[in-house]
Amino acid sequence: MTVAALIEKLELEVLNLEEGDREITGGYTGDLLSWVMGKAESGDMWVTIMTNLNVVAVASLVDVACVVIADKAEVAPEVIEKAKQQGINLLRSDKSAYQLCNEQILL
Amino acid sequence: MSEPIKFHFDVDGDNFSSAGEASVQVKRMLRQIGIPADVIRRVSVAMYEGEINMVIHADGGDADVVVEPGKIIIILADRGPGIADIELAMTEGYSTAPENVRSLGFGAGMGLPNMKRYTDDMHIESVVGEGTTVTMTVLF
Repeated sequence: MTVAALIEKLELEVLNLEEGDREITGGYTGDLLSWVMGKAESGDMWVTIMTNLNVVAVASLVDVACVVIADKAEVAPEVIEKAKQQGINLLRSDKSAYQLCNEQILL
Repeated sequence: MSEPIKFHFDVDGDNFSSAGEASVQVKRMLRQIGIPADVIRRVSVAMYEGEINMVIHADGGDADVVVEPGKIIIILADRGPGIADIELAMTEGYSTAPENVRSLGFGAGMGLPNMKRYTDDMHIESVVGEGTTVTMTVLF
């Protein structure tokens, strides 16, 4: 499934979209960044409630397909700006991480 | 590519938000010179963890990356407090990071273990009160 299709099916809010046709090949949920760097795979949908600038760096280094911010956690404008600079697909939802993963798996 | 390619970065100890700039730049440069994606990931994640460590514990330091045929070497040197017990520091889940760092999603005690996992060789030289130098090698 592509990131664009995920946005549509899960009704995600788009904070930054660089590469809508990027294929999502897996998923990971977590807020501790070292765990994400250790466990998440390239092409994953990464679901987190963490929204600081380091999230963008980790998303870039791990090369996830997209970051989905759960529970409508607040995202500062500079984080969105950083996502633009680094070409990161940054999305958000009012659903919980549990709900988002559940719905994604059922697609 | 016969001559080694070298990159140097000053890691700013004051700015936690910009920590990782060097790793992201290294990632970009390695991509430009055609290094395989999985190798880039291993190098950049290991370097990022090291950069974060230098910012949390040592007020920054120097990061050097040397690209040779089939091998990338990352050298991170700081003049921080040093590591008294390296074996303990290498234990997954062990952390001395302060609370403000934990609230940013770091300090899980996974940094050094990740650096070891992602590299083919990792060597730590540390003197308490003087500083720490971590040398990591990724083969490809």
